[in-house]
Amino acid sequence: MTDVLTPVLSAGWADDRAWTLDAYTRRGGYRALAKALTTTPAELIDLVKESGLRGRGGAGFPTGMKWSFIPKDNPNPTYLVVNADESEPGTCKDIPLMMASPHTLVEGVIIASRAIEAERAFIYVRGEVLHVVRRLRAAVREAYEAGHLGRDIGGSGMNLDVVVHAGAGAYICGEETALLDSLEGRRGQPRLRPPFPAVAGLYASPTVINNVESIASVPAIVEHGIEWFGSMGTEKSKGFTLYSLSGHVKRPGQYEAPLGITLRELLELGGGMRPSPDGTDAELKFWTPGGSSTPILTAEHLDVPLDYEGVGAAGSMLGTKALQVFDQTTSVVRCVLRWTEFYKHESCGKCTPCREGTWWLVQVLRRLDSGQGRAGDIELLQELCGNILGRSFCALGDGATSPITSAIQYFRDEFESGMHTPSAELFPPVASTLFATEATA
Amino acid sequence: MTIEANHETQAPVELVTLTIDDVSVSVPKGTLVIRAAEVVGIEIPRFCDHPLLEPVGACRQCLVDIPDAGNGRGFPKPQASCTIEAAPGMVVRTHLTSDVAATAQRGNMEFLLVNHPLDCPVCDKGGECPLQNQAMSHGRGESRFHETKRTFAKPVPVSAQVLLDRERCVLCARCTRFSEQVAGDPFIALVERGAQQQVGIGPSSDGAEGAPFHSYFSGNTIQICPVGALTSADYRFRSRPFDLVSVPSVAEHDACGAAIRVDHRRGAVMRRLAGDDPEVNEEWISDKDRFAFTWSRQDDRLRTPLVRDENGDLQPTSWPGALAVAGRLLESVRGSVGVLPGGRLTLEDAHAWSAFARVALGTNDVDFRSRATGPEEADFLASHVAGSGLGVTYDQLARARRVVLVALEPEDEAATIFLRLRKAVRAAKTQVVTIASHLSRGSEKLGATLVPAVPGQEVAALAGLELGAGDVVLVGERAALVPGLLSALATLGAGVRLAWVPRRAGDRAAVEAGLLPNLLPGARPVAVAEARADLAAAWGVAGVPGVRGRDLATIVDDAADHAVLGLLVGGVEIADLPDPARARAALAAAPVVISLEVRRSEVTEHADVVLPVAPPVEKSGTFVTWEGRRRGFATALHEPGSVTDTRVLAGIAEEMGRPLTFRTPADALVDHDSIGRWDGAAAGGPSAAPTAPAGPPAGHVVISTWRQLIDDGRGQEGQAEYSATARPAVARASAATWSSLGVPETGTVVLGGSATFSVVVDDLPDGVVWVPGNNGVNLRELGIGHGSVTTATTGAESTHE
Repeated sequence: MTDVLTPVLSAGWADDRAWTLDAYTRRGGYRALAKALTTTPAELIDLVKESGLRGRGGAGFPTGMKWSFIPKDNPNPTYLVVNADESEPGTCKDIPLMMASPHTLVEGVIIASRAIEAERAFIYVRGEVLHVVRRLRAAVREAYEAGHLGRDIGGSGMNLDVVVHAGAGAYICGEETALLDSLEGRRGQPRLRPPFPAVAGLYASPTVINNVESIASVPAIVEHGIEWFGSMGTEKSKGFTLYSLSGHVKRPGQYEAPLGITLRELLELGGGMRPSPDGTDAELKFWTPGGSSTPILTAEHLDVPLDYEGVGAAGSMLGTKALQVFDQTTSVVRCVLRWTEFYKHESCGKCTPCREGTWWLVQVLRRLDSGQGRAGDIELLQELCGNILGRSFCALGDGATSPITSAIQYFRDEFESGMHTPSAELFPPVASTLFATEATA
Repeated sequence: MTIEANHETQAPVELVTLTIDDVSVSVPKGTLVIRAAEVVGIEIPRFCDHPLLEPVGACRQCLVDIPDAGNGRGFPKPQASCTIEAAPGMVVRTHLTSDVAATAQRGNMEFLLVNHPLDCPVCDKGGECPLQNQAMSHGRGESRFHETKRTFAKPVPVSAQVLLDRERCVLCARCTRFSEQVAGDPFIALVERGAQQQVGIGPSSDGAEGAPFHSYFSGNTIQICPVGALTSADYRFRSRPFDLVSVPSVAEHDACGAAIRVDHRRGAVMRRLAGDDPEVNEEWISDKDRFAFTWSRQDDRLRTPLVRDENGDLQPTSWPGALAVAGRLLESVRGSVGVLPGGRLTLEDAHAWSAFARVALGTNDVDFRSRATGPEEADFLASHVAGSGLGVTYDQLARARRVVLVALEPEDEAATIFLRLRKAVRAAKTQVVTIASHLSRGSEKLGATLVPAVPGQEVAALAGLELGAGDVVLVGERAALVPGLLSALATLGAGVRLAWVPRRAGDRAAVEAGLLPNLLPGARPVAVAEARADLAAAWGVAGVPGVRGRDLATIVDDAADHAVLGLLVGGVEIADLPDPARARAALAAAPVVISLEVRRSEVTEHADVVLPVAPPVEKSGTFVTWEGRRRGFATALHEPGSVTDTRVLAGIAEEMGRPLTFRTPADALVDHDSIGRWDGAAAGGPSAAPTAPAGPPAGHVVISTWRQLIDDGRGQEGQAEYSATARPAVARASAATWSSLGVPETGTVVLGGSATFSVVVDDLPDGVVWVPGNNGVNLRELGIGHGSVTTATTGAESTHE
């Protein structure tokens, strides 16, 4: 089965001291940069556009098209901002990537900056991951010393400075306009659009904001070409990507594969579901295709192609490809409550539906989780979600409703049990919890 | 329906036509959908939206369905109508015609009430609350929320004056946006997140945590709060909106003419709110206009006429008796009476004072100014201000290329001008230049360019500016203290528009009424015989005096020297006069002193007859703004015993057998208007030369000073919380100045031998010290004013901070 995998980003992760410039250069790093420096910005944009690369941060917006939105007649400088504020529950792809091969990202930043003609780029890293911040800063320092950053890069006349900025630990700052506010030193809260960041982003200047994985995918495309890239994936979802398998699976981890692979295949690669505490094979109960903000799916969706279209057709979203897998020991009500508590905690407070809605949802779910549910609570949950979805200022509110509405869709009877029986009785937490010893065994 | 082209600019406005609830409407390009709906009479519920604040889209109450954005495609989700601009061909469906919009609004309203305490019965806002009203009109009758609400400690004092109840707050950010965008005092901000988000006090400019909400405009946040989250310490729990009687009026504390609403109950004013006048103050007023209204009901309020008896004691007397005594006394010294009417009169009362001086007393010894001044200013007012009608307006300020401030600090002295200028500056339409000793906080907020000038040497700074067409010059009352400054301003080039911005509400009306030694009503020069004859005919008298009269300083001097035997004084604070000691001597020396005043003052102690007159809240009248705009107001409190200056003066005149042609303010205004503006040549302009600059002698400094908006003025008495928000009284000078005086930068300085101030280092010309005019110390008592040279010595170590 190993030939299903297409390690590109993750190819050198197992190398000795893979994160150093030496190791990166030994495995062919910065060759794409050399090629890009002899390519015009317009050609680079066209290349990425034609490659079909779509944003890996969740929304799947075509990366090259985003770059082409930068106005050429704006007197302000253009900025590149890399969204490395990976905070979605379940999502864990950018942080390993930056730890194992930070230079892949740095090389992508240089090429992308050349394409959009930015002379300053920012990498906004989630505040809690100090080890990643340190590793990125070391990589940036190495890149400066090697002449890949700074003035007149590689004699091309291109200038670029990169700033690695640590956030302060707010999920909302992964929302691109909130990220910009935070980067400018304000409270991270989403901005009104228009103006869009491409016109008035960071410091009211034209700004491209891309996910780490999107930018890190660019060097390979530049080096190997669009045909090679298009040979992987599906028609509208081209290329390779990192699938993060976690939960009740034997071998959780990063699986880099072409877009369109199925969970069934990935589970096989991951050794299948973990054994049940009673020794039998665990059954897949539900899973998220792309983090907690994407509606959950069930065992009936095992063969859904994991690309933007396939997951969409199944009623969910590809999102960040964070495949959280839950077996039959898991209480869906408890799981949804935990996620909702997260959204309540992370709601920035700017808009009413998200701020007040998550506050309310948590209280209803707690009641159901403890077996104290009241008649009408399920309908109430659905109605509250309906009043949040599409009414909030940004997508955080929308995301908060996804697990609830999808869980009720597939597991309504469990919510009904919440009217009389605590989830801890139906699904003892000890059975579903992955204890550290077990996960590392 | 169509909004016509903007009549102010006369520029054609591009219109877009859209359909809202099946009604077609054309609105100027850029109009927000929520505003376009108002044009066709559809009120979409809203909280965060405010027409004078930038859109934020936070509360989500104004969601509408837009099945066609004008491009044939609709929005898949309901949209906030406060953030979406109208587009040609757009189709909008509000709650009236769309279930999607109605459901979204109902759902949002339910969310807003989740963490709202619903304590309407004890809330100040109850009865006039947008949340309460819209919950009724757009919400569910019963809440489905039975769970636990978020609680906070309350109230939190945001300042001494503004209290915050965080539980009631719906986080619409109106107050924080107002503070940042309109007032420029971003001392409050939203902090924390989620349901714990709350309005918090931000760090002060020097980085200290928890700086109180110091803003001259803080009260506006209370008024625009759509719930009862912000309340004033002053009005809290005092009355219910439905028990109040509201009367539109005009603020009496400055020459800006801000529209206010006076709310009273059982004969007492409970609060004042900003009125809505797009041409003047829009919807904002200063805290002074809002909170300083208790001055007229202090214990020292005069209610009955008083006449001094043979023992020298003031005895309550009937009106007819008091008027008879006043008439007899004035008649006995007629020809030797100085008239000091003060600068707080309505146009009607000012006209009555002018007529009384000329007809009953036969004198031009009249001067409305109760501050340091000189003949140059009188000539300037006669030639450049009187009769000039509506000159520079607020709207023109907002559209001027450049506004030059000369001896004027709008934030302190003309708050409405400050707000309008700031709006223009923020819109990148106007550049502000200030000729001053330093860049004050107000000037900083205007993004002003400083042309530094040592007080007294502003003429040279003015000469350095190349003023031309499109420039507006605003000159304040302190210019009168700088020899040659008003003369230089009087000869500015063509195309430069000049406006005089006095501090007091009655100053401009007094000029129009001719309450000056060289000026008669309607801009008639005293020196012109035809002008006098014209006036005499109108008043049915043989003639009006043709000799230029004594001005303030001369009246005071001559009275002290027994050359003036009578003084007729109205609402003048002795401590405001250029030389208070000399003025006291004059009052003591004058054989006849008649006083018209609202409250007891120093003049009362010397008066032979005290005639109580009505404060603005108890009378009707017309203030004239610095623009020359008439601002009529009606009586708010009908007090039977409260009479106007006009009635009192007409009564005295009749007792003297020299009646005026009118007895009431209404008739006084008719008389003023029928006399009309002089159509002959205007009075000659001022022609004083600047004095040569001379550095202060050792141990002395040049004083730069003005009165801060919130100070120790008597018109602000009785409002402790408001007064507590005054800016601290500090002395500002350069480090070099302090060093040369031997004053440590953490120490205090003693000015003029007795006035002690904490020291602050600021960017002033060396040798110049700025101090507030009347915070803690009234500098006038020390004979110190703008441009004075006085001693400066080091004081004790500072206790502040």
